Amino acid sequence: MFIGHFTERPYQDPKSGYFGATGRSLMDLGMSNASYDPKLGADLYNRYLDERVFAEEMGFDGLMLNEHHSTPFCMGQVMNLEAAILARITSRAKIVLLGNILPIWDDPLFLAEELAEIDMISRGRLVTGWVRGTGRESVAHNAVPPYNWERFQEAHDFIVEAWTKPGPFRWEGEHYHYRYVNPWSRPYQQPHPQIWIPGVMSRNTVAWAAKHRYPYLMLATELQPTLESFQYYDEVAAEEGYDAGTEHRGYLFKVHVDETEELAEEAGRKYVQGPSNPFLEGNQGIVRPFIQNLPGLTQRNNLLPTMRSFAAAASRGRAGQHLQEQKKEAPPAPPKDTYVDQTEKLSIISGTPDTVIPKVRHVLETLRPGTIFFWDGDGAMSHDDQMRSLRLMGSDVIPAVRDMADELDLKGPFEADASGEDTTAPVGESTGQAATGSAEQAR
Amino acid sequence: MAEAVSYTEGELALATGKIKYLEQGSGPPVVILHHSWGSPGWLPFHDRLAQDHLVIVPDMPGWGGSERPAWARDPRDIAIIATRLLTRLELVDVKLVGLGFGGYVAAELATMNPSRLAQLILVGAAGLQPKTGEIMDQMMLSHRKYIEESFRDAETYTAYVGEEPPDDIRQLWDLSREMTARLTWKPYMFNRRLEPLLGDLDVPTLIIWGEQDKVVPFECAKQFEAAIPHARIEVVEGAGHVVELEEPDRLATLVGSA
Repeated sequence: MFIGHFTERPYQDPKSGYFGATGRSLMDLGMSNASYDPKLGADLYNRYLDERVFAEEMGFDGLMLNEHHSTPFCMGQVMNLEAAILARITSRAKIVLLGNILPIWDDPLFLAEELAEIDMISRGRLVTGWVRGTGRESVAHNAVPPYNWERFQEAHDFIVEAWTKPGPFRWEGEHYHYRYVNPWSRPYQQPHPQIWIPGVMSRNTVAWAAKHRYPYLMLATELQPTLESFQYYDEVAAEEGYDAGTEHRGYLFKVHVDETEELAEEAGRKYVQGPSNPFLEGNQGIVRPFIQNLPGLTQRNNLLPTMRSFAAAASRGRAGQHLQEQKKEAPPAPPKDTYVDQTEKLSIISGTPDTVIPKVRHVLETLRPGTIFFWDGDGAMSHDDQMRSLRLMGSDVIPAVRDMADELDLKGPFEADASGEDTTAPVGESTGQAATGSAEQAR
Repeated sequence: MAEAVSYTEGELALATGKIKYLEQGSGPPVVILHHSWGSPGWLPFHDRLAQDHLVIVPDMPGWGGSERPAWARDPRDIAIIATRLLTRLELVDVKLVGLGFGGYVAAELATMNPSRLAQLILVGAAGLQPKTGEIMDQMMLSHRKYIEESFRDAETYTAYVGEEPPDDIRQLWDLSREMTARLTWKPYMFNRRLEPLLGDLDVPTLIIWGEQDKVVPFECAKQFEAAIPHARIEVVEGAGHVVELEEPDRLATLVGSA
């Protein structure tokens, strides 16, 4: 099993009122950066990097980064910069980018070059991932939403080719044009770093990932719809003539461990406070659905089961549609304490190792992922909150989860080859079987 | 308008896809190109004009019932198809009326093939980058808010659309916005290559602007007037951006006498 750590690196400014204490509006894409304090930004960037180094010390296999733009909930605007720094200041953990927002790149050759450099500096510890981005990203970098999916696919094809095909060559596509593709850098990992695809909603993306045999990671979605999405991946895999395994399934979920149940609740409640991702359920902040759901960004009538979750629907501008569907079913229960609500359905797992580990086990048994990321240190959580949790992750949770994974036979993409092109296997051996050695090589 | 509607629906098969249009009346032809949010159907404005004109109201390619040219990337592409429409319908001495975004397309069409035009009539037309102010960005507004801003005030909007837009109208707005984004997401609603091409246009041009247009700045009317040799401006008092909905009789009179 591959066990990673994730935080969105929120811009935490207690003076700003983003914590809700002042009643100041937390409107996504409606907040001026006039109040941005670069000195605070300096502290926060360095804090988050320090926490990543400590996460590696505590035994995490991977340090996941993500990217958002023009919003305080995620300071990772240029995720590749953070990745490059981690490449140099860490030594063992994979640096997992989930992911680069392909459609907003007008010049994906730059991206191919950057990622190859990161892979070399880290001596082959980069895991790349591609996303289409939310409406926020299309607005911030002004990428035409109806062409988002076309650009995603073409940029992907181009980057893989730039990494693998000896140059110089020419690329004349629909959205990208180059007369001389010959980057003077190549990925350390050959033929190229693993590509993982994170997502929450688009069936197109799931099918596309399955067709490419790329591991698909569901991001903090509820268990049942997550399982249904994995099953959809499996169906597409079967159509493509292979059996998808645990190495194709990844899951990011909120897990915080603490020294006492009281501390765990106090810190756990901070997931839904402060500048935590406002489009996630129960968080403070207002989204503007028409910006999340830009014209043509997502194909209509092509939504994954996760959209049944009201928060996910509302966040992507489909509350109306969701409500209409809901009317036909049971009337929604009145909202209660959102933290309690989310802990009950395991959207948030926070507790001492004794209470957390059985819940993690339930998630692993239900979803059977080969890759998991613990989403921690987010929202209004302090550095101390994060460090307490990381220590207990290292001493208790990670060892227990590794035992569980062995028992449940959950293999990650560095233990079992997801690509079906196992170059380490002798000729004639069937593909798609466990490839040994990759994880060790990486260490 | 009290007259019974007797318009017909037409369809034209072009190599670029099917075009649907509404048609009524006889006399000098008037072709009306709709706003970015699509053609809402047959309107009192059309009825009024059809009393003494042949009125043709197409869904532009990619809008309403007309097939989407998936390759189109620019309003100019739509204008090219619109010239084919005029040719295939054998229309001559056309009064070409463009509303908002339709005005942008109409102006592009006039620069490339003015031979079938008797009059170019731009109503709150987009297409030029205003020297001061900006064209209102619908992409950063909900459908409802944007359409409401297109009227002179919220009361007029409600009187026309109702408290809640009906589902079919909502769907029209949603699909129309996608097509609009495909063509003019950036730069938004203007083309710097349009103004230089207007200089030799020899089609008499009437520029009509709602006095309270909040969507396209009046500055653009003055820029069209300065760029086109035979152009004059008429301001419609009390109207917003959707002059055809708010002041149908006044607009029909202006078009009829142009």
